[in-house]
Amino acid sequence: MSAPRMPIESGVPDPFQYMHPVLARNFGQWKHHERPRPGVLCHTSHSGDKVWTIRAGTQRQMDLYTIRKLCDIADEFAEGHVRFTIRSNIEFMVSNEAKVAPLIEKLTKEGFPVGGTGPSVSMIAHTQGWLHCDIPGTDASGVVKALMDELYEEFVREDMPNRVHITTSCCQINCGGQGDIAINVQHTKPPKINHDLVANVCERPTVVARCPVAAIRPALVNGKPSLEVDEKKCICCGACYPPCPPMQINDPEHSKLAIWVGGNHSNARSKPSFQKLVAAGIPNNPPRWTEAAAIVKKILRVYKEDARDWERLSDWVDRIGWARFFELTELPFTKFHIDNWRGSRRSLNASTHIRF
Amino acid sequence: MSKELRNTPMLDQLEGGPWPSFVTGLKRLARDDGKPYQAMMIDLLGQLEHSYETRKGFWKGGTVGVIGYGGGVIPRFSEVAAKFPESKEFHTLRIQPPAGMHYTTDILRQMCDIWEQHGSGLIALHGQSGDIMFQGTKTENVQAAFDALNEIGFDLGGAGPAVRTGMSCVGAARCEHSCANEQKIHRILVNNFLDDMHRPALPYKFKFKVSGCPNDCMNSIERADMAVIGTWRDEIQADQEEVKAFVAKKGRKYVIDNVVTRCPTKALSLNDDDTLAIDNRNCVRCMHCINVMTKALSVGKEKGVTVLMGGKRTLKIGDLMGTVIVPFLRLESDDDYQRLKEIAENTIEFFAENALEHERTGEMIERIGLVSFLEGIGVEVDPHMVSEPRQCSYVRMDTWDEEAQKWLERKAEQAAG
Repeated sequence: MSAPRMPIESGVPDPFQYMHPVLARNFGQWKHHERPRPGVLCHTSHSGDKVWTIRAGTQRQMDLYTIRKLCDIADEFAEGHVRFTIRSNIEFMVSNEAKVAPLIEKLTKEGFPVGGTGPSVSMIAHTQGWLHCDIPGTDASGVVKALMDELYEEFVREDMPNRVHITTSCCQINCGGQGDIAINVQHTKPPKINHDLVANVCERPTVVARCPVAAIRPALVNGKPSLEVDEKKCICCGACYPPCPPMQINDPEHSKLAIWVGGNHSNARSKPSFQKLVAAGIPNNPPRWTEAAAIVKKILRVYKEDARDWERLSDWVDRIGWARFFELTELPFTKFHIDNWRGSRRSLNASTHIRF
Repeated sequence: MSKELRNTPMLDQLEGGPWPSFVTGLKRLARDDGKPYQAMMIDLLGQLEHSYETRKGFWKGGTVGVIGYGGGVIPRFSEVAAKFPESKEFHTLRIQPPAGMHYTTDILRQMCDIWEQHGSGLIALHGQSGDIMFQGTKTENVQAAFDALNEIGFDLGGAGPAVRTGMSCVGAARCEHSCANEQKIHRILVNNFLDDMHRPALPYKFKFKVSGCPNDCMNSIERADMAVIGTWRDEIQADQEEVKAFVAKKGRKYVIDNVVTRCPTKALSLNDDDTLAIDNRNCVRCMHCINVMTKALSVGKEKGVTVLMGGKRTLKIGDLMGTVIVPFLRLESDDDYQRLKEIAENTIEFFAENALEHERTGEMIERIGLVSFLEGIGVEVDPHMVSEPRQCSYVRMDTWDEEAQKWLERKAEQAAG
C-alpha cells in the first residue's frame, strides 16, 4: 500500500498571482478615488494609471454555473480578474473607462445588481442557517434573499445618509457580527432537555462551564446522570446547545427574532460601537420573514429622512437620542431595553441631559 | 431519464424578486442530469424545505478530516437522513482565500471543476471568517477534494479551537487610505501559525484580521483576537488647492457641517481663504475628513499599525471590543515584521497556557486584568491603552515608586533616541 498523501501546508496564498495587473503594478501607489455612479469606483494612482471597479451583488451561496457565468462576464468585459468584498459582493476591475457601461449592462441583464458602494445599503453579511449550520434557529440565505429583494433599490442607489451594513445571525452566538442593523435569533424559552441522551452525548462539566449565568448543574434524572437548568436564572442564550444537542434551545414558536441597531466598526467620527436592542418578539416566519422586513424598512425609512449627511445610524441616534428614535420608529420601549448585564451601569443616564 | 425534484413550495417563493436567488442555483444543480451531485442536491432541497416547514435545523456535527490535519472540514450529518438519504452527509471544506480575495477566472474555474467532480457544486464566497466554503460533500470524497484543491495552491482554513483563517482588506492593492502592506501582514501572521491552525489545540479560536486604515473594513476591532489596523504618526497630507476646489464645488456650509464640525477632536478649521487648518497634534486618525475629501486629504507618510487585542462576539461574557496593545508599530524592515510576529507568538503562547477552556483572548484579559496580560506578553503599559485612568481607589500601590521610576527611565531612554 502506498503512503498516504500528506498535505502541502501552504497557508494563505500569495494574492499577486491572481491580482489584476493594474492593481499589482500600482500596489501602494493609489492617490485618490471617486464614485462616478452607484456601484462604480474610479481609483487614480500616483503613476497616472486609473482603474474602474464595478461592484455587483451576489447570492453568496453560489452554484458553479453562477460562478462560471461571472467568470465568462469577467473574461469578456473585465480582463479576466475579479475580487470579492467582505459582504460577498463581486468586483470587476477594468483599466479602460469605455468598458464600464457594457459591463454594467451585461451584469444587470444577467441579474446581478450593480451597487453597494458609498451611502447605499450593501449586501447583508450572514451566516449559514438551515442550509448548513448545526445549531440554527432560522435560515440565513433565505432571510437575506427576502430582505435584499425588499432593499434592492437601496443597494443600487446611493441615497442613504451614509453606508448601511446589515447583518443576520441564526443563533445568539452571532457569527453575523455587528451591523448598523442586525437581525438575530433570540430564544425566549429555556432548553428542552432529553434526559435519556445527555449522559451519552454531552461532556457534562464542559456544558456546566459554558453557561454564562451558572444556571446548569449536574443532576440524576430518571436514575440517569443528566443536567438540569435553573429556569429562574436561565437567559435562554443557547450556549449549552452546541456542546450538548439534547439540550434543545431551538423552538419553532418561541425562538423569535430581535433587531439591534448602531453597531459600527469604523473609527470614523465616533469610536466603534456595539449594536443595541430595539425590537424583539418578532416571529421567525419563513420564507419571506415579512414582519422582520417591515421593521427593518421602517428603521431605514426614518433614518433616511431624519439623519444628516455622513451620519451612520449610530451617529444619528447619538445626536437625536434614543427616546426620539423610539418615537420616530414607533417601536415600543420595554423593560427589556434596559441592560442588566455586567457593566450595564454605563448605559444608564447619569445626568439631567434630557431632550423633551 | 430526468430525476424528479421534490416539492418545495416555500423555497419556490425565494425564486421571485430582483436579488440573485440561491434557490434557483440549488435547483440548477438538482436538475443536472448525470452529474455526481444531482441526487444529493435534490435531497438537500428537500431537507431545506423541511426546515422551512418545521422551522428547525437538521444537521449535526461529527468527525471528518483529511490526512495530516485535525481541522478545517466542517462535518454535517443529517438527522432526517431516512427522509432525505442522498444528502445524509453534507460536509464543508473551509479553504483559505488569497489575501485580499483576488482571483483570476482561471483559478475560479479550476475550483469549480474540482467541486463539480468531488462535491455538491455549491460554493460560498466567502464565509464570515473569510474562508471559501466548498459546501456539501460526502465523507468518502473529502480527501480527494482537498487533495485537488491543495495541489492547485490552496490550503484548509481553521476550525475549532485553533488559529482561524485570517482576513485582510483590498488595501494597498486598490485603496489610497492604505497605511500598511495588508496582504503581507496577513500572510506573515497566519502562515506563521499553520501548525496551530491545522492541529487545533488552543483553549479556543484565535483570529487575525488586518485593515489598512482606521475605517477597519475587515471589522477587526469587533471580531479579531488580534486586530492589526494601519495608521500614521505624522500629519494628514493636505492639498490646499484641492481643498479650495472642494469648497468651491460644495460650498462653505457643506464643508463646515460635514467636515469641520464632524471632527471628533475639533482639530479642523476652515480658513477665510477656503483652505483647511489642521491641528495634527489633536487628530485621532478617525478618517472622517479623509473619507469625505478623498482628493484633498490623504493619510500621512509615516505609516505603521496599531495592534488591538480581545475583540469577540457575545459568548460567553458579552461582546468585547479589541483594545489597544501596541499604539504604533512601524512596519518597514524585516526586524519590524519580526517584532509583529513576536507579539503574536507571545500572545498565542500566553493564551494557550493561561486561558480557560473555551475562553477567548478578550475574556481572558477581562478575567486576569490587562496589566497581567501585558506582563505576560512583555509589553509595557502606555496611556494610549485606556480611555481614562482608574476611577476606583481600591488597589494596592506599595510599589508605586518603582513603577513611576520605570516610566521615567523609559521616557529618558526615548529622549536619548
